[in-house]
Amino acid sequence: MTVARAPSSIRRRLVVQLALVAALLSVVFFLALRVVAERATEATQDNILAASATSIADAVYTDAGVVRVEIPYSALSMLGTVSEDRVFYHVILDGETLTGYEDLPVPEARGAGRDPRFATYLYRGDTVRAVVVQRALNVDRPHRVDVVVAQTRRGLAAISSRITTTATAIGVVFFLAATALSTFAAQNALAPLSRLTEAVRRRGPRDLRPVTAETPTELTPLVGGLNGFIARLRSALTRSEDLIVEAAHRVRTPLATVRTQAEMVHLQMEKPENRAALRQMIRAVDESSRSAGQLLDHAMVTLRSDQLETEEIDPVELLRDAVDRLSPTADLKDIVITLDLSTTELRVQGDTILLQNAVRNMLDNAIKYSPADTEITVRLVPGVLCRLEVSDQGRGFLAEDVARMPERFSRGSNVEDVVGSGLGLTIVRDVAEAHGGSLEITPNMEGPGACVTLVLPCS
Amino acid sequence: MRHTCLALLLSLWAVLACAFEIEESRSYPVPGGSELRILSTADADVFEPIITAFQAIYPIAITYDVASSAQVMAGLYEEGAAYDLAISSAMDLQTKLANDGLAQRYASDATAALPPWAKWGDQVFAFTQEPAVLVLNAQVFETLAAPKNREGLITLLRAHPEVFDGRIGTYDIRVSGAGYLFATQDSRNTESFWRLTEIMGRLNTQLYCCSSEMIDAVARGELALAYNVLGSYARARLTDTPEVRIVEMDDFVSVMLRTALIPQTAQAPQAAGLMIDFLAGLRLRPDLVAATGLPPVVSASAADERVIRPIRLGPGLLVFLDRLRRDTFLRSWASSIEQD
Repeated sequence: MTVARAPSSIRRRLVVQLALVAALLSVVFFLALRVVAERATEATQDNILAASATSIADAVYTDAGVVRVEIPYSALSMLGTVSEDRVFYHVILDGETLTGYEDLPVPEARGAGRDPRFATYLYRGDTVRAVVVQRALNVDRPHRVDVVVAQTRRGLAAISSRITTTATAIGVVFFLAATALSTFAAQNALAPLSRLTEAVRRRGPRDLRPVTAETPTELTPLVGGLNGFIARLRSALTRSEDLIVEAAHRVRTPLATVRTQAEMVHLQMEKPENRAALRQMIRAVDESSRSAGQLLDHAMVTLRSDQLETEEIDPVELLRDAVDRLSPTADLKDIVITLDLSTTELRVQGDTILLQNAVRNMLDNAIKYSPADTEITVRLVPGVLCRLEVSDQGRGFLAEDVARMPERFSRGSNVEDVVGSGLGLTIVRDVAEAHGGSLEITPNMEGPGACVTLVLPCS
Repeated sequence: MRHTCLALLLSLWAVLACAFEIEESRSYPVPGGSELRILSTADADVFEPIITAFQAIYPIAITYDVASSAQVMAGLYEEGAAYDLAISSAMDLQTKLANDGLAQRYASDATAALPPWAKWGDQVFAFTQEPAVLVLNAQVFETLAAPKNREGLITLLRAHPEVFDGRIGTYDIRVSGAGYLFATQDSRNTESFWRLTEIMGRLNTQLYCCSSEMIDAVARGELALAYNVLGSYARARLTDTPEVRIVEMDDFVSVMLRTALIPQTAQAPQAAGLMIDFLAGLRLRPDLVAATGLPPVVSASAADERVIRPIRLGPGLLVFLDRLRRDTFLRSWASSIEQD
């Protein structure tokens, strides 16, 4: 069973883990700094204590066979220079107190020889640091002098608390700096990923080229996988488009044969009801053939959009050509096509076949939905974005249909009585978008009907 | 006579062993107020203006007991007498009390304002600074040039033994805590101290217990000069005794600090703290300075620091309290000063 988790972020994980490492290092740093600094201050106190005890030991002398000691002023005053700590001393001759604080304990023997020995213990209600220094003396017989000097540790505690404060401050600053740098580093490390994401996200809906953005080695397998996936998708799409083309083609050729045969039979028929039935049949065959043609067009537009074969095209010529081709169809319904073309020299960078296809479909649509004996206006409006407008006086579009009209196989809800494939405007839109333009569907300003506009960037 | 003196005072510990004696006890009651018990070495007459001024601010009853510095030490160190405040001119004994854990810590804004040399370990607080001076008889020094420093004094004593024989006074440091403190500090500060002591011994120097007696003797003309006299006492007498002149040595001047501390046995440490704050602010009350003649602690300017040295509070003072060190010092001193 899997546990549901919040979506994880690599950057957050990186930052959190680096911050944890920084926190750990800060604590280690803090502890190390404290230990080192306190060792140093303790060593300083130990050194002064040892110097004090040594100077007292050196001041031991004999006077007429009696061992005496004259505590040097500096021996105790030097202890008062660093801090205002309490000071105790004890001079012992062969285990008997010579002078000083008789109850001041001697640090336990640890280590060898006459090296100063240190100890920390409780004395007169305070923790003291004590040192014992030994001296041998030969008067009549060997004597041993032990000098103990002890000092409370308040000054040390004050230094220690200062060190702690400083170490804490340094630790916190270190942590903050490290965390800030971690965030920056994480951002930096993930930049190629963001670039790749952007490169993939920026692609058009039908852009199925392999990803070529520069990728770090860690992402190469991912990009390789992605490119493999894209290649498979592309070949699947191509196969399905091929299938459509093949299917449409195979349907169209026999339909043409059926239509020819039906026309011949129509001429031979005598009875009016038989002739009517045949005319209906011929119309159905025409519609089927047209739909198959549009399926072919659509498949071709989809394929060519991926790799446009652009050249300079004169939109005036484009429109004229289309009108010439479709004039016979329009004549059948007594529809007049008016051309309103600008005289400005215009050039569009585009794929001739695709643009011809788009314009043909716009005109074809207009003719198809226009009632007999009406007028269709084809207009070219120049500009940075030039507009190729086709207005008719047909039934127009319902407002609620406009948005979904360019979808594939989507048809207006007011044209159920007319046979159609729902592909015409889809082709126009796809061509427009492949050229960086757009499709606009508006009501006809000069009367009933609609105005379909292909907007293209031109120069 | 001398033997009784020696027998009595040969060592500090012998003195401390005696039950401590109070010379004078005064009460300053305040109805309904809490009580502050002070054990002090300063004369009750000297200190009275301070107590009156203190009580004008705080309604606290005060008992003021006067004892010698050795007795103050004995009372607090040996017998654990219950006092809330101990005031003494014996800096070394006060330091020892604090060092050996018989004083309480105390800190306030007033004590923080004291110069660093005027306090130790938040336990001992100085409120007066009293220099040791040379007091001269004006008549004797009409014809002689006054010495400026210890070398000059030695030269002068050598040159005129007929003038000074039997007419020099100084502390008997076996009796006087202040005298012992000044002598030990002199021995630390200058090489000439022992030569000076030697010469003073040869000239049959008179030994005194107290500064005031020396000043009196100089004023009467019995003494031509007195060495290491408390300057505050001498200055107080300048106005009414024209026979007295004061010389501050220019090689160095030992400055004794009168200090206060709160003993561990204190029952009213808050009231004692108020008194310490009051004393620490003595320099802000010129009226009291004038009334008591006690020179308050002031931050010495850099120029003064060279010559006028407040005796440093701290563990260094414990050195001369060491039994062996004290024995040795007193023996050397006694053999120098008493040459008959």
